[in-house]
Amino acid sequence: MSLRKFISNKTIAALAVILTVFASTSAFAQAAGAAAETVAKPIDMGPVYKTVIFYTMAFLLVCLFVAIIGKALKVYELTREAQDQPKGINWNTVNGVLFALFLIVGLYGVYWEYTVHGKMILPEAASEHGKKIDQMFNITLIITTIVFIATHIILFVFAYIYRSTGKRKAYYYPHNNALERIWTIVPALVLTVLVLMGFLTWRSIFYKIEDPNNKPINIEITSSQFAWAIRYPGADGIVGLKNYKLINSINALGIDFKDKNTLDDQTADEMVIPVNKPVRLILTSKDVLHSFYMPHFRIQLNTVPGMTSYFEFTPTITTEEMKAKTNDPKFAYLFLCAKICGEGHYKMQKEVRVVSQAEYEAWVKKQGTYLTDDLRKEFNLPVAAAPAAVAPADSVAKDTSAVKTNQLALKK
Amino acid sequence: MSTISLHDTHNHDSHDDHGHHKETFLTKYVFSQDHKMIAKQFLITGIIMAVIAMGLSILFRLQLAWPEKSFPILETFLGSWAEGGRIKPDFYLALVTIHGTIMVFFVLTAGLSGTFSNLLIPLQIGARDMASPFLNMLSYWFFFGACVIMMSSFFIQTGPASAGWTIYPPLSALPTAIKGSALGMTLWLISMIMFVASSLMGGINYVSTVLNMRTKGMDLWKMPLTIWAFFLTAILGVLSFPVLVAGVVLLIFDRSFGTSFYLSDIVMGTQVLPNEGGSPILWQHLFWFLGHPEVYIVIMPALGISSEVISVNSRKPIFGYHAMIYSLIGITVLSFIVWGHHMFVTGMNPLLGGVFMITTLIIAVPSAVKTFNYLATLWRGNIRFTPAMLFAIGLVSFFISGGLTGIFLGNASLDINLHDTYFVVAHFHLVMGSAAIFGMLAGVYHWYPKMFGRMMSSKLGYLHFWLTFISAYLVFFPLHFLGLDGVPRRYYAFTEFEFMQKWLTVNVFVTWAAIIGALAQVAFLWNFFYSIFKGKKAPQNPWEANTLEWTTPVEHIHGNWPGEIPTVYRWPYDYSKPGSDVDFIPQTVPFSQTMTSNMPHDFEGNTEAERIQREWEAKNPVAPEQ
Repeated sequence: MSLRKFISNKTIAALAVILTVFASTSAFAQAAGAAAETVAKPIDMGPVYKTVIFYTMAFLLVCLFVAIIGKALKVYELTREAQDQPKGINWNTVNGVLFALFLIVGLYGVYWEYTVHGKMILPEAASEHGKKIDQMFNITLIITTIVFIATHIILFVFAYIYRSTGKRKAYYYPHNNALERIWTIVPALVLTVLVLMGFLTWRSIFYKIEDPNNKPINIEITSSQFAWAIRYPGADGIVGLKNYKLINSINALGIDFKDKNTLDDQTADEMVIPVNKPVRLILTSKDVLHSFYMPHFRIQLNTVPGMTSYFEFTPTITTEEMKAKTNDPKFAYLFLCAKICGEGHYKMQKEVRVVSQAEYEAWVKKQGTYLTDDLRKEFNLPVAAAPAAVAPADSVAKDTSAVKTNQLALKK
Repeated sequence: MSTISLHDTHNHDSHDDHGHHKETFLTKYVFSQDHKMIAKQFLITGIIMAVIAMGLSILFRLQLAWPEKSFPILETFLGSWAEGGRIKPDFYLALVTIHGTIMVFFVLTAGLSGTFSNLLIPLQIGARDMASPFLNMLSYWFFFGACVIMMSSFFIQTGPASAGWTIYPPLSALPTAIKGSALGMTLWLISMIMFVASSLMGGINYVSTVLNMRTKGMDLWKMPLTIWAFFLTAILGVLSFPVLVAGVVLLIFDRSFGTSFYLSDIVMGTQVLPNEGGSPILWQHLFWFLGHPEVYIVIMPALGISSEVISVNSRKPIFGYHAMIYSLIGITVLSFIVWGHHMFVTGMNPLLGGVFMITTLIIAVPSAVKTFNYLATLWRGNIRFTPAMLFAIGLVSFFISGGLTGIFLGNASLDINLHDTYFVVAHFHLVMGSAAIFGMLAGVYHWYPKMFGRMMSSKLGYLHFWLTFISAYLVFFPLHFLGLDGVPRRYYAFTEFEFMQKWLTVNVFVTWAAIIGALAQVAFLWNFFYSIFKGKKAPQNPWEANTLEWTTPVEHIHGNWPGEIPTVYRWPYDYSKPGSDVDFIPQTVPFSQTMTSNMPHDFEGNTEAERIQREWEAKNPVAPEQ
């Protein structure tokens, strides 16, 4: 009997609330509508949606709506209090149930995110070391997802189950050493595994032992506001010296053409690299910090003025293969800037093409040298000299190979 | 326990003259030396700065969502920075820079620590005020000055600093590199020096107050976790902030006096700069030596507050009180040796990358312990969902979500591809942004009655919580996937890259979620400012909590307690103790008054007290607990 009365009272009150709210809002809307009709007959709402006033009014309307609900709730609670009835709305229950709902909807949301947005992320790594990174990423993702889901289920389920009902007393449970030991040691063990994997991968990326039969192609990248310059080593395989003090309007990189290794250095508009051949990137910056970021290959290293950094990698998937894999005929590798560098930061990009060895060789032959006639004059070099200026051969290469450690070192 | 029978014989006469100060408006509300007033000053300044910083974030979210659209209203307010109703790229960078700076330093450091350390340290340890009230006042006014100077940079020709909140040189050192590095950056640096001075004065005060001014019986292991958190945070700040000043001073030298600490081999256009021998990496080391402890300076007070709030509202002792403290200490110590994880891809020696990866992942262990202890505290509790409790639970959720992605970023190899992408943005906005701000809001809702003597509306609090909680997840969860697709942060528009086009719709969605989240704060602001004047009068102990601040009268008095400072007999978490007929036993209740609920471990090996308890139990056989 009392229960039925309780329910009917509650429903009636709720209905009353809804009615009041509807009445007032619709009245408001009608008034607004009437006003709008008298002022402007052609109802093109496009410009209205663009005005700030529209959104301000909409927001004020929402506030009004909230205020009305608030007042209605207050009236309802006061009436119940006046009638000596138990509190109308148990907010502990409401919030507990909301947490449970949040858990269910949230879990679905996470599933949706993982499946929908999760499909929009980078395709598989196109480099040797990138595969290791991806593998470790997946392991980490699985572990963290399990923990994420489990702890959230516990958190919100506890919030729901143990919401205060006013009848129960909490369980006095200040500590349990065994439990605490477990949840110190288990995360520690899991993290140790992850650290070890990360450490070994990190070492394998940055400490490479050079294979004399498979020497990497050296490519120098110079960043500046807001462009990338690419320098290929030419026939000698060595990127020649440069000096920032030599930079001027005709010598944008400050290449020191007194160094013979520079004479055959080539310019390029895009980075073209042969598949399955190691590439060694020499990263420098002309002005501020930039970050050389080549996401498909899992490569990123800042370019720092006054310091040269190196990153060695081996591409494994050609652009054509990747087009097929991603089912996207327009697919292109690229590199971009990931470190804030000024107002053109969001535009710095260059295309990367991974091709077969034969294609690479054909392409690289076509690229022009940095050395122009103007520069020849400046450096007092014979203007008409043959461009293939005496392949300085391996003796020089060996000299400089000592410097070519794969560790990063200050240029100085 | 020997203190049971002892009376407090301390002489408090020296404090009697406190009430006789002649208070003018100026000394009471402006240059106040009362810690409660200073706390309120910090809080309200913090709230204003938070609203500003949130407004800035909405501006750049508009740009990200609709990069091609024009918003004439923006030109009305921003003038030449938004010509034609479109935000310019350099102003976009200024927006993200100042948003980050304000949020990290002015809201989550000063607004959070400044408010709650000031309010709670004297009240919860039983002191009449801070160790040095004058220094405390100075600390607020330096902070206020820092805020004013930072905001003034919006009113200069070249605009505010725009090199990112980490202001990496050379970008921040060369006015020719970006407009914001002209006068705007100078103001940023001056503001930051004042800010650090403020937080040092605050920090020294907090440390000395906690160490020297605890009331009788309040030994370190009886302090609430809030105090532990504030104490360790203050130590962190005192040790790390000076390093930022050192870095900032060197940067000022580079900018204005032609030194080369951070600059070397630079050519702007074709102009060769004379600087030689410096290294931009040095700045990053100095900055992150503060910067990483800084994120713990931000999150630890929030964790302390949530420990207290969760315990009170679960009506249960916090699980693993000692473990909580040891993990805070662990975090404090470890946070000094992890800064390099922000620099894995800067080109520093890879050997260091390996070392910093190890220390970074170790710090995840104490964080995990804290999380599990929160969950265990909720287990079999009797949870009252006050708005403060909702925010504390929200904090735990964000701390988990954001903390777990830290495991990816702390791993040097994974960081290669995630560094400086939206994955990082999502990570720190959850773990340090949202979690810390939720801790702060939990604190505001919980101690509002103590600060203003009135209650906030809990229903508006519920509305505020649910809208904020949901919209924060809607904003930050999708951003992870942008990062996994290799979208870098601080991009003015996604229009220049083919592969980023597909994220434009996500950006629109995120912006709408952010707008809803921002508007939800109106519920809070209304609630906060309306209740100061019109809220329901607060009872003395509205949440039925154990800590000392609830033994002070509702009306604020200088010196906090009208008579003697109460003596403390027990730890602050005796909630729902079996054998007690109320579900909370304040710290000031001696064990002699709770013979039915005393437990052997309460006596900490005091044999005399144990004997008394045994004798009493022999005389009063206990009815079996049902």
